[in-house]
Amino acid sequence: MSDATTTPRSFQEIILRLQGYWAAKGCAILQPYDMEVGAGTFHPATTLRSLGTRPWAAAYVQPSRRPTDGRYGENPNRLQHYYQYQVIIKPSPPDLQDLYLGSLAAIGIDLGVHDIRFVEDDWESPTLGAWGLGWEVWCDGMEVSQFTYFQQVGGHDCKPVSGELTYGLERLAMYVMGVDHVMDMPFNDPDSPIPLKYGDIFRQTEEEYSRHNFDQADTEMLFQHFKDAEAECDRILAAVQPDKAGRSIVMAHPAYDQTIKASHIFNLLDARGVISVTERQAYIGRVRALAKKCADAFRQTPAGADL
Amino acid sequence: MADLLIELFSEEIPARMQARAREDLKKLVTDGLVEAGLTYASAGAFSTPRRLVLSVDGLTAESRPVREERKGPNTTAPAAAVEGFLRSTGLTLDQLERRADKKGETFYAVVEKPGRKADAIVAEVLDTTIRAFPWPKSMRWGNGSLRWVRPLQSILCLLTDETGAHVVPLTVDGIEAGNTTEGHRFMGMGRFTVSGFDDYAVKLKRAKVVLEFSEREAAIWQGAQNLAFAAGMEVVPDPGLLAEVAGLVEWPVPLMGRIGEAFLGLPPEVLQTSMKEHQKFFSVRNPKTGRIEGFVTVANIEAADGGAVILKGNQKVLSARLSDAKFFWENDLRVAKTGMGEWAEGLKSVTFHNKLGSQAERIDRIAALAREIAPLVGADAGEAERAARIAKLDLQSAMVGEFPELQGVMGRYYALEAGENPAVADAAPDHWRPKGESDGVPSDPVSVALALADKIDTLTGFWAIDEKPTGSKDPFALRRAALGVIRLVLENALRFSLLRGPFRKGADLVGEREAAFADVNDLLAFLHDRLKVTLRDQGVPHDIIDACLAMPGNDDLTLLVKRATALSETLKTEDGANLLQGYKRANNILAQAEAKDGVEYSYGADPKFAEADEERALFAALDRAEATITPAMAAEDFATAMAAMAALRAPIDAFFTAVQVNSDNPVIRRNRLNLMHRIRAVCSGVADLSRIEG
Repeated sequence: MSDATTTPRSFQEIILRLQGYWAAKGCAILQPYDMEVGAGTFHPATTLRSLGTRPWAAAYVQPSRRPTDGRYGENPNRLQHYYQYQVIIKPSPPDLQDLYLGSLAAIGIDLGVHDIRFVEDDWESPTLGAWGLGWEVWCDGMEVSQFTYFQQVGGHDCKPVSGELTYGLERLAMYVMGVDHVMDMPFNDPDSPIPLKYGDIFRQTEEEYSRHNFDQADTEMLFQHFKDAEAECDRILAAVQPDKAGRSIVMAHPAYDQTIKASHIFNLLDARGVISVTERQAYIGRVRALAKKCADAFRQTPAGADL
Repeated sequence: MADLLIELFSEEIPARMQARAREDLKKLVTDGLVEAGLTYASAGAFSTPRRLVLSVDGLTAESRPVREERKGPNTTAPAAAVEGFLRSTGLTLDQLERRADKKGETFYAVVEKPGRKADAIVAEVLDTTIRAFPWPKSMRWGNGSLRWVRPLQSILCLLTDETGAHVVPLTVDGIEAGNTTEGHRFMGMGRFTVSGFDDYAVKLKRAKVVLEFSEREAAIWQGAQNLAFAAGMEVVPDPGLLAEVAGLVEWPVPLMGRIGEAFLGLPPEVLQTSMKEHQKFFSVRNPKTGRIEGFVTVANIEAADGGAVILKGNQKVLSARLSDAKFFWENDLRVAKTGMGEWAEGLKSVTFHNKLGSQAERIDRIAALAREIAPLVGADAGEAERAARIAKLDLQSAMVGEFPELQGVMGRYYALEAGENPAVADAAPDHWRPKGESDGVPSDPVSVALALADKIDTLTGFWAIDEKPTGSKDPFALRRAALGVIRLVLENALRFSLLRGPFRKGADLVGEREAAFADVNDLLAFLHDRLKVTLRDQGVPHDIIDACLAMPGNDDLTLLVKRATALSETLKTEDGANLLQGYKRANNILAQAEAKDGVEYSYGADPKFAEADEERALFAALDRAEATITPAMAAEDFATAMAAMAALRAPIDAFFTAVQVNSDNPVIRRNRLNLMHRIRAVCSGVADLSRIEG
């Protein structure tokens, strides 16, 4: 039943087909990063690995959290927790567009009857000090993916350039399967002994997190955690003296974890509405400063150095 | 003679950049060819989302030979100088010519450049063009260092002459030029070979690509109109959208759909904006109901099912979008019904500028200013203040949060819903005007008062915190605000002193908070500079404006422009031009004498000391002129005043012909100098002619 031309029957089948497709194209299939992030781009497999000259090809699902998008599970299209599918290949292969279109076909989108378009969309992440050029990809007027050629990450020029594909999985799956409300979407096969819909798994968590993110998250504590993460990031990066075994290891990844933390805490504070417009820029700048330091540090490591 | 065909095939080029890129490609390549000594008959550039194309006809096969001669150092010059010359010319010492001249003997480099084949020139020019192409934003990809708007995938470069077509040998960053291209991404049949422009255009069309931008535009517009017409509807014209959509497709296929019944109650601006901004749909109006009831989307593919799936998908996306819009609209209306207090409250926590306070504080200032301005423009002060209090509340509405371009438009709907009277509600959209050069200015007094108050608050505010525009930097669009004030005053023929009235009040209002006091004179000078630019564009020279700016009441812009226009007209007449000469002569004599004698001759000339008839005639003429000018000026009848001034030309000329000012008799001399002063004084009542050049 996994014939590429058939329509997938469940959310997880779409994920599995994408995993299979990109595995067959030679990507390392990684697992989600084990921290709260706003997008698949934050996974160190993308941010850090897009730096330096070492070739890289990875694909993974990344649960992503955007506290301000919470709608208590009521909105058919909006969630504070959702899934992105992320592909990152360095250097970007010359046929990346064709590879991407192949992945759409793999999840049952017939390129002969759908209208696929590459519409200009320059990507910028002020918190990561990153930008790139590319498109949002439209299928029949719906944005189904983001397609970006990274030019800069963490303030460093990307040489070579990585190609990044990001699929908004719920939206894409809903479209492919013709589902109108995300909570009605089959998560596993509808003919399973225990069929589960997206709502069976996530409606309650959307309610709980919406309440938490908008009303209950302790802002005083979060402000403190933000400072802590910031300080810890600096401290880790400043620790240059050799360890007990006499090794000098640059701790780029542990420091970057603190950047991820700071970024998520900022998102929560934003959802709580306690950051004013002017302060907002300052907080983004502080996260960016951390991201840049981590990028600098990563470039000192074997994985991030030029070959 | 040969024809040249270039195609730069890439991943999707942003629609908005294509028109400029076509022009740039044409200019850079043809300029390069001509500079290298080739000539051509005609050239045309084309673009689709995936390609930039240039076709050059009648290109000469090779460039004319060129002989270049360069003078070098003297033959006795130090070796280093000679070596430098050799390096720069690429010649060896024995290839230099020695020529005798005044300084002995000088080296000359004579380089004979033989004619070069078009091939070599084209390759060079195209390489340079690609590497230096002025994309507004460009990028690198893969391992390469080349920059293009998106990855450049192939180059087609073909010269065709009587003997046939051949590829121009050229490789740019690993991309080797060839004679193949491909058609439509989904409907083309792989790569194909082309032999020249005509062959290229024909084969492209067969491969489902319409090369001509205008042809795609026409196909979209015609197709959209046909679809609408068949359903008894009409497409709302939108040239900007048409151009954008034509840049998004290689093979346009318009499809029409209906807007769901549930959304037809949304304001037409909301439907249009949502469909255009989010989905690049054309709006389709039902002429019977006057409502927007449908849309046309333009697909890039002839789908196997006739577009049913595509239309269904688009319709679904539209419904989701419009559901959001409807949700915003209904929520907003609820807030509006209760008088919009929630939004007014919300604006208290929105910062306008950290030194100028919140939006709510700004609205307080604008309201006070609008009250002040209202009587000056014939508006009711209460209504003007009321309008100020509601005009920006929609900034807090959900709809404007989603579509910032609907600010004001929504404000009007919500104000009416809140029960405001139409003049007050209209000020919501109209107080933002003029939004640009092509936008009109409001004429309803309430809107005018508020539009002025809004802009003057911005100006006095940023002046107070010393954030004036410098050079090309104008982050707060203060030049536009100043121009807005000027246009509002002039186009409504408003008469009041900006300085004593609105500027002072505006500065006071900011000062209350900031303790900084705006330099209102400096602000007025800034406005005058903008006005000069405007008037110069209308053909009034800057010195004429200066002559009028030097007069009192120059902060009454309508009066100022009236005076400048009259002066400009007067100086165009023969009498006017000659009067100016007479005035300057009188002024020079007076200035010299005053400098020499160290006194000011302004005591009053007396006709009893007049000797010549011409002198007496001038006294009489000045008396007559003054008798006309004074009341005319008081009535602001500049034409009459200036005609009277110009009439002084004949007596002044006659006086200077017959009379010597610097008489030996000191009494007579003093009297005549005082007469010169009268000429200056009479004319100065009209304008400061000393500022006029020439």
